Amino acid sequence: MPVRTTPRSRRTGRRLAADAGLLVVAAAFALPLAWVVLSALDPHAGLRVQVPDGLTLDNFDAVLKPDITYTPLLNSLILCGGGTLLTVVCAALAAYPLSRFRSRLNRPFLLTILFATCLPITAIMVPVYALFVRVNLIDTVQGTIFFFAASQLPFAIWLMKNFMDGVPKELEEAAWTDGASSLQSLVRIVLPLMGPGVAVVTVFSFVMMWGNFFVPFMLLLTPDQMPASVSINDFFGNRGTVVYGQLAAFSVIYSTPVILLYVLVARRLGGGFALGGAVKG
Amino acid sequence: MRLRRSLTRALPLTPAVALLLLFLAGPIAYCAYIAFTDLQLTGQAHSSFVGFENFRAAFRDDAFLNAVWLTLVFTVLSSLVGQNTLGLALASLMQRASKPVRTVVGGIVVTAWVLPEVVAGFLLYAFFRREGTLNAILDWLHLPTQNWLFTLPILAVSFANVWRGTAFSMLVYSAALNEIPKEITEAAEVDGAGGWRRMWHITLPMIRRSIGTNLMLNTLQTLSVFGLIWVMTRGGPGNRSQTLPLFMYEQAFQKSMIGYGTAVALLLLVVGSLFSLVYMRLLRTEV
Repeated sequence: MPVRTTPRSRRTGRRLAADAGLLVVAAAFALPLAWVVLSALDPHAGLRVQVPDGLTLDNFDAVLKPDITYTPLLNSLILCGGGTLLTVVCAALAAYPLSRFRSRLNRPFLLTILFATCLPITAIMVPVYALFVRVNLIDTVQGTIFFFAASQLPFAIWLMKNFMDGVPKELEEAAWTDGASSLQSLVRIVLPLMGPGVAVVTVFSFVMMWGNFFVPFMLLLTPDQMPASVSINDFFGNRGTVVYGQLAAFSVIYSTPVILLYVLVARRLGGGFALGGAVKG
Repeated sequence: MRLRRSLTRALPLTPAVALLLLFLAGPIAYCAYIAFTDLQLTGQAHSSFVGFENFRAAFRDDAFLNAVWLTLVFTVLSSLVGQNTLGLALASLMQRASKPVRTVVGGIVVTAWVLPEVVAGFLLYAFFRREGTLNAILDWLHLPTQNWLFTLPILAVSFANVWRGTAFSMLVYSAALNEIPKEITEAAEVDGAGGWRRMWHITLPMIRRSIGTNLMLNTLQTLSVFGLIWVMTRGGPGNRSQTLPLFMYEQAFQKSMIGYGTAVALLLLVVGSLFSLVYMRLLRTEV
């Protein structure tokens, strides 16, 4: 006897099919993630996903030492914190005139910025290295911070300007009549009103720098100055055989801050944050 | 008077412009200059201008042509086909899925995206190694196993890039699909259009612009992938997964030919700029 399908049951069937399809893909995506979590807790971690025969925190104990974890993470924090601070301050200042005043130069400037947003920064690392050697900025933290900030600025300005456009101008005009300067109204009125926007730019810049490998890999030479993105390589080669459990534990420690930051901002702004400015299409 | 006012108004732009000129435009200009010299890392005090010699050398160099080919394979496989199609598939399945499944799947896929590049590299290195998870699964299914990073390195790194980059397409397409009015798809459904036909005749044309911008951004991202491949294969074995960024690095630093390496970088920049221009065209943004 043929089963009569009502629209409702058809919809339920379709939902179940979609759920099943998604879960299969998610399982494939989850396997590498499962490896890192399980191996970090596994006293005998290998290269494959396996349920540990006993849970241990020894791997974390082994890597939570100044030279393996604390110094690289502190270096990362200095580099990315400095870079982010510089990016956000410069982007906020730059976005202000672009958003508030009309000028014939706005459009060409913004188009150049948009263009620069898309350039493959990887490509210029060789000339940047050559240039840094010439001007004695190679192997300096401040040089790396400057480059980090510059590479992140185009996107930051673009995002910041879009967020700033959302703050009504009337509020500032009142402040202007009371004699506030542009800088005062930017700091006291506009930025507080676009708090979530500033948070997005900050978190996005920080996350991008935290995960970046190539820039510090090229511009820093002294091992003591290396951030976690580069020092993680030491688990291979230099120390002889790879202790996968420790590598996994370090990966977990190193990745946690950016995941938390992402969750924090994504929650607040819903799903596809940070895509707002770049891919309106 | 008016000039002074515009200058005061433009003042806040100066720190950003200074940084951009010194650390971004400067290196790009310098790149365009040293690509035409024979600058080397070791010994040589002076470099001289060699015109297009580096570029001519590149197009005669089998290793360079190999890198161009691998970059093409890597980009087409991982960005155009992989990230783009999988991202769209995930986004459209999510439209129908139940909420808990949507949350879990979105969470997992986005986590892969947020992870630092090098960590992602290690995770997939472990996945594809001979003793890794993939072979364990194949073995369990009684399928032939192999040393993926040795036999099919470019395929392995392409999969890695799909794993890492799909979330971006998924987010872009989810946003685009949410903007399609429900009435349109429902009307088509009442008229008896099946899933594939609705996808082909309604959904795809309506999100045309998102597809364009997403393809451009994916391609640009993929063109500059370095860390992921470096961690997984170092471009090897031999040079069988050596895409242009890795080739550039090898020429400039392992073979000390900065001029030649930079010429490759310049080509990469030019290709990137072309994509960037197309992207801006597609965006047709009202700045």
